[in-house]
Amino acid sequence: MTDLEQLVAQATAEFAGIADAAALEQAKARYLGKSGTVTELLKGLGRLAPEERKLAGATINGAKERIETALSTRREALRQAALEAQLRAEALDVTLPGRGLPTGGLHPVTRTLERIEALFRSIGFDVADGPEIEDDFHNFTALNTPENHPARSMHDTFYLENAPGLLLRTHTSPIQVRYMETHKPPIRIIAPGRVYRVDSDATHSPMFHQVEGLWIDEDVSFADLKGVFTDFLRNFFEKPELRTRFRPSFFPFTEPSAEIDMSCVFCDGNGCRVCSHTGWLEIAGSGMVHPNVLKAVGIDSEKYIGFAFGMGPDRLTMLRYGVNDLRLFFDGDLRFLSQFK
Amino acid sequence: MQFSEHWLREFVDPPLTSAELAHALTMAGLEVEALQNVAQAFSGVVVAQVLVVDRHPDADKLKLCKVDAGQGETLQIVCGAPNVAAGMKVPCALVGAELPGMKIKAAKVRGIESFGMLCSARELSLSEDHSGLLALPADAPLGEDIRAYLALDDKLFTLKLTPNRADCLSLKGIAREVGALTGTPVKMPAIRECAVAGNSRRAVVLDAPAACPRYCGRVVSGIDSGAPTPAWMKRRLERSGIRSISAVVDVTNYVMLEFGQPLHAFDNARLQGAVHVRYPAAGEQLRLLNEQSVAPDADTALIADDQRALALAGIMGGEESGISAVTTELFLESAFFAPDAVAGKARALGFTSDASYRFERGVDFAATREALERATQLILDICGGQAGPVTEAVAPEHLPKREAVRLRVPRAEKILGIPLGTEVVARLFAGLDFPFRREGDVLTVTPPSQRFDIVIEEDLIEELARLHGYDNIPERRPQGSLAILPKCEELRSVWRLRRLLAARDYQEVVNYSFVDADWEQDFCVNPDPAVLANPIASQMGVMRSSLIGGLVNNLVVNLNRRMERVRVFETGRCFLRDSQGDTVAGFLQPKRIAALAAGSAAPEQWGVTARRVDFFDIKGDVEALLAPTQVGFERLAHPALHPGRSATVVVEGRTIGLIGELHPRWVQKYELGGAPVVFELDLDAIQRQALPAHREISRFPAVVRDMALVVDLGLAAESLQETLVKAAPSFVRDVVLFDVYQGKGVDPDKKSLAFRVVMQDTEKTLSDGEVDAAMSKMIEAASRDFAAKLRS
Repeated sequence: MTDLEQLVAQATAEFAGIADAAALEQAKARYLGKSGTVTELLKGLGRLAPEERKLAGATINGAKERIETALSTRREALRQAALEAQLRAEALDVTLPGRGLPTGGLHPVTRTLERIEALFRSIGFDVADGPEIEDDFHNFTALNTPENHPARSMHDTFYLENAPGLLLRTHTSPIQVRYMETHKPPIRIIAPGRVYRVDSDATHSPMFHQVEGLWIDEDVSFADLKGVFTDFLRNFFEKPELRTRFRPSFFPFTEPSAEIDMSCVFCDGNGCRVCSHTGWLEIAGSGMVHPNVLKAVGIDSEKYIGFAFGMGPDRLTMLRYGVNDLRLFFDGDLRFLSQFK
Repeated sequence: MQFSEHWLREFVDPPLTSAELAHALTMAGLEVEALQNVAQAFSGVVVAQVLVVDRHPDADKLKLCKVDAGQGETLQIVCGAPNVAAGMKVPCALVGAELPGMKIKAAKVRGIESFGMLCSARELSLSEDHSGLLALPADAPLGEDIRAYLALDDKLFTLKLTPNRADCLSLKGIAREVGALTGTPVKMPAIRECAVAGNSRRAVVLDAPAACPRYCGRVVSGIDSGAPTPAWMKRRLERSGIRSISAVVDVTNYVMLEFGQPLHAFDNARLQGAVHVRYPAAGEQLRLLNEQSVAPDADTALIADDQRALALAGIMGGEESGISAVTTELFLESAFFAPDAVAGKARALGFTSDASYRFERGVDFAATREALERATQLILDICGGQAGPVTEAVAPEHLPKREAVRLRVPRAEKILGIPLGTEVVARLFAGLDFPFRREGDVLTVTPPSQRFDIVIEEDLIEELARLHGYDNIPERRPQGSLAILPKCEELRSVWRLRRLLAARDYQEVVNYSFVDADWEQDFCVNPDPAVLANPIASQMGVMRSSLIGGLVNNLVVNLNRRMERVRVFETGRCFLRDSQGDTVAGFLQPKRIAALAAGSAAPEQWGVTARRVDFFDIKGDVEALLAPTQVGFERLAHPALHPGRSATVVVEGRTIGLIGELHPRWVQKYELGGAPVVFELDLDAIQRQALPAHREISRFPAVVRDMALVVDLGLAAESLQETLVKAAPSFVRDVVLFDVYQGKGVDPDKKSLAFRVVMQDTEKTLSDGEVDAAMSKMIEAASRDFAAKLRS
């Protein structure tokens, strides 16, 4: 049966020489199609004697299988080549820039405010808010500020024209007053927001931000104030070694009062230009809530004690991100702002 | 308050270095703002006398001097100072001396040998004066080290005192404090009553006893007004920042610094009759020592004689009754003026004085007479003369009261959070010289006359904390009841909204809340904004009623910096007059969120055709900001915005803001190049977002049908969509506008709107009949409401 061997060899060679799928199918028909060579051979079996037919059939079918194998091998090779060609053609320059809109960003100070809120929320402080046009009762009187206090003067405080007693709040403490008027102790809040003072130079803006905190309960102490605020600063700056220093000071609405310094975050308290070589940065005012403030909002000052603190998030932002000019925060220059994504 | 360390240490000398002393003061609440050396380090400078001054042979401006520096031999020194003269005493830097920035060697100056240098004040770092040599008094001892002679190894302390600590506006007060802090004894100059000579006196009448409950005065006659102020006194005044004027004025200032009691000296010859403390008559005027003429308010107390006003009580003396070089007779005043009577008065007149600064904070009313005696003694010592008897007028009922204050030791321990014990507390008060009575763990403390800040128990607790040391109170982790803070899921935080806009390429800004009145007019048509009575600048004169003006200004600022593509947003309060107000009478202060986009829609990039940002880009941002809340947009006429390209933003029938292209008028006025698109929304209204609610997902196939409806060009697509949705049976899941067409095949006054309708039932597969019926129903409704025709 060398004819069959030859046929297989011929088909295999022919398939291997074909480079496209349609020609391969035509070649297939010539061997395996209805009137293909192999089909014809199989048809011819009927003419053989039954004892020969079995052997011849097996032989022809063996050759057919080998031709079919050659065919499918070639089919697969062609498919593979086509796929490879397609992939080659579709290859991109992956180093071209991505398309679409970039992202904007938050203002650095509100970024700080968000962080402050998150840190205080984690120990159960709620966030309170209030009006920015305030009345002098909430901004001053309820905070134990005497009638002739310099802070009340038009040198320090913005007043509205033709609106007696209305002013732009000079601190966020009136938020605390309003909160205490409507809530019963225990009270644990922070009050962030914009505040206004008649002051404008390289280190003062007529509008700036403040965050005040207030905790009123039956048993909170100056030691707790020191603990909470120091804990806050360490976590805000992510410096577990940060130290604080509480110094006696004076505010009408707290007694005892304390100014809070922290070890300089640039030199770790060793002294540098930022801290004027003192190793300390003034960072907040604080104290135990003055009984007159509690009385003004109807809280029993014998039963309840409170502490309060107030800080400038603009300054915290400057220290945290190394911003050296306060005015950058308020002049809307995208070259500056877009650094804070 | 600035003072010399030497002076303080004369009264109290604790075993602390200057730096340690400064730290102790700071930590006790007397913040040392600055601690400076009086002079920089230098050595080898002595008192010398110029003996002979000759011309330098080769230099017109140089002199050749023979100098006796007490070194045993005469020194030849070349000097260029214009004031060098034979006989004068000057500081001389000897060969080997080290001055700030230079070392003195024997040298040839223009060919002549020079053995040292005669010094100006600047060369010794004493002042900026370099006009000539520092002239020393004639009695300066030759050869004495200048540092010792001028007491230059002194330091200047500058205290930043809080307003409650007026008792520390004097050396006496600071010494008392240092004594209490360090346990060091305090020795103040002994006050003795001056011998009275003669009977010259003036009556004192207190017509305003509430303003002035105590007044001491005396005549001192026969003084020499021209007597020089002693160098030590001058030096101490200068080191406290007070210029020497004349011996008498210097003494009054010196005693004020020493004891905290402001004093005033009148020229007694210019006074007639008794001295009165009274309120001014209507229209009464007075010319002050600072040459300012004032007409004091009715509640500003005056010092007057029988004829006229002499001085503003506790604030400033008058020009006419003041002392001069020819004064021989003084009337010396030491009085207690009540803080309330003086507070704010000087500020209202536009100045401040050392006297008013002290009186308005509180001066020791028990030391009035003591200070007068001290000043008299110094005047007699320096200017000679005789002291008349002291006239003292007192209205005891108006003197400040010092009510005893109870301190419960357990209460103090609770507030401070530390154990103290009654023993320690008693010791601390004793250290302060506060008299107290002790009953168990309660101390009843009588505040001393110099302390105006001890009124309630907490004031005493602060004293304890201060003396115990704030540093010695531990940092404690507080204990609190742990309750979860309520958090409404339907209320999105402002932070979420900010981040959402930031993610859509907007940069947050913070603009001033006070704006230019023009902006209010241009962008808000607000002719009646809230006006500031005392704005910092006229273009920051009114409170904004919209955030848009600030955003337009951000665009202007950035365009000027060549940033063409600007996308900014802000959240903040706006201020609207409203008779209701919400929390503050007459004003609504809603929080808003607003954004502006200008320039190209996307940053320049490959493969994308550049185009300007337009209304629909920003509308998409608004929809994304509010999603999944359904937002409606209704055509709006607003003077700030393009009338054909602006809309109100409506949620559930309520207007919550606006969106639109800026009106071309403002684009031109503010030179914006192209029109920016802006939106502004009420923050409260967009924070709420419905809780997601599950709807069953259908297992049956969806049917999708399209329809194109031809309608009038002016019809709002949203109205048509609403009609379609209303007419649709419940199985219509979605009606989406997917194409807007004008042009060939559509009348010029018409447009074609194409909608894709998605239908799906949760119960069954929809039949063709049901689907056809639904489409017909929707088309009929569109035809009925808007004469819409199906586009063929």
